[in-house]
Amino acid sequence: MAEAATQKEEQQEKKVTPTQQFWKSFKKQKVSFAAGIFLLLLFVVAIIGPWIAPYGPQEYDYDNLLSGPSWQHLAGTDDFGRDIFSRILHGAWISLSVGLSSVFIGALLGTILGIISGYFGKWVDSAIMRVMDVLLAFPGMLLAIGIIAILGPGLFNVVMAVAIFSVPVFARIIRSSTLAIKSTLYVEATQSIGSSHFRVIMKHIFPGTVSTLIVYFTMRIGSAILIAAGLSFLGLGADPSTPEWGAMLSNGRDYLNNAPHVTFFPGLAIFLTVLAFNLLGDGLRDALDPKIRD
Amino acid sequence: MLKYSVKRILGMIPLLFVISLIAFMFVHLIPGDPARLIAGTDATIEEIENIREKYGLNQPLYQQYFDYMANLFQGDLGQSIVTGRPVLDMLVERFGPTLSLTLASMAWALIFGLLIGVISAVKRNKWPDHLSMFLAVSGVSIPSFWLGLMMIQLFSVQLGWFPTGGIGGFETYILPSFTLGAGVAAIIARFTRSSLMDVLKEDYIRTGRSKGLTEFKVINRHAVRNALIPVVTMSGLQFGFLLSGSIITETIFSWPGLGRLLINSITARDYPVIQSEILLFSLEFLLINLLVDLLYGFLNPKIRYEEGS
Repeated sequence: MAEAATQKEEQQEKKVTPTQQFWKSFKKQKVSFAAGIFLLLLFVVAIIGPWIAPYGPQEYDYDNLLSGPSWQHLAGTDDFGRDIFSRILHGAWISLSVGLSSVFIGALLGTILGIISGYFGKWVDSAIMRVMDVLLAFPGMLLAIGIIAILGPGLFNVVMAVAIFSVPVFARIIRSSTLAIKSTLYVEATQSIGSSHFRVIMKHIFPGTVSTLIVYFTMRIGSAILIAAGLSFLGLGADPSTPEWGAMLSNGRDYLNNAPHVTFFPGLAIFLTVLAFNLLGDGLRDALDPKIRD
Repeated sequence: MLKYSVKRILGMIPLLFVISLIAFMFVHLIPGDPARLIAGTDATIEEIENIREKYGLNQPLYQQYFDYMANLFQGDLGQSIVTGRPVLDMLVERFGPTLSLTLASMAWALIFGLLIGVISAVKRNKWPDHLSMFLAVSGVSIPSFWLGLMMIQLFSVQLGWFPTGGIGGFETYILPSFTLGAGVAAIIARFTRSSLMDVLKEDYIRTGRSKGLTEFKVINRHAVRNALIPVVTMSGLQFGFLLSGSIITETIFSWPGLGRLLINSITARDYPVIQSEILLFSLEFLLINLLVDLLYGFLNPKIRYEEGS
């Protein structure tokens, strides 16, 4: 009787899927969980921002130039009398989409190159990895600035610049995951029954790299947002009139003495967003890494 | 060690070649006629032709590259479009301030990073650990341009303790070096914590405790010293990132260094200066990585023998 009960318990334990196991482990990371909820809310705000913002992003109020925070203007106004809180809400979509799209492009290219490199090995591996070494030989910010110097300023070019310097990071990580998965028995078995390379990669190698990919994807978004905002701050990114957080912060530099709120609030928005992505990344890493989780 | 060092140095040669090629190609990658770009927007056709002749832009590309390299080895990096001065002179002038700022940032980042990391590891899972690690994540997440401006507002404008920018005595270094070093201090703290926690699990630490050493002695004499090896090498790598981080910090604090020169040159489309700065920053970054690799090989014989053989 007791044996049957133990067996039943064991069966129930076995039924826990990896997703459930991850979820159980992730929920224990309270700070990261809170960061995840914050980011979810931020995404909602980014989507509905234009409808909930009290003012338009280019709505001028010449009676209230550089006025401090008040009930009328929660985060004050800038040098054109534009409501900073409303502009932050409008800009959420820009900052998030720049961060997400640049990392997505970098991760996509990096993953393809990393899998090809690790799976096929030999000269393909050497060729791809040498190109990645060259890209890594440039400090990230310098590479981004160099690309902007060639392509010219603008948000689209910022996305491209950040994407290009994310490629080698993903390629290296995914290559090492691929190497580990490639040498497992189940992959060797699949290869021995004659599965095509494409099938092995799509059915076995890629799914095995997904957890690593998720962690690095989340962590890179934070740094992508920081670099994109930094480029806008330097005047190399978004147009100064755009409600992009880095550009808004840059506009406020001239009024630091009498209106510090013009720089304070956009900077706070960048800081909290990047902090949330980094905390979420830390939590995901801990929840997805079996060594730490168990 | 010699074999390992030679292998590492030789391994750099192809990278140096590619970097020089990228720096050379920079002007050619920008859409438009390179001679017109170098001559500036107000140049006459005659001036553009002169530039084409002077820089050999009418020659085949491979010939131009050989000439570029030959000039480079003779210290001729061309002339600035804006000031008309030799680019090399401008870079030499700006190198000192950037180096001193980077060193000052690294010094305080090491002191605070190590201190916070050690406290965090020793007080694992207690409030000092949680607080330290929250500070560390914040340090990595805070935009340096925002931190810099907020510090100027508080310490320079409100309290009047430090100047708002420029280079001079000791007091001019405090705000810029704090801004530049904050991220690195955070990374060092996180790394020190994990390295020290690994060391604290070792048998010799248990032996130290069991023979009656005080906790301070165990941590100070045995744990920290061993935990420092990976931290030192990792900090070396961060030095390279500080150099590129100086681009933003120097702009905020009007610091007369290489970073600010780069941004000014991009704004003014001073292509010969941008080209040389890209080359210089990449070389510095590569050189630091090489030094760190050699240092790591020196500190960790396992790496040296595996890679050397």
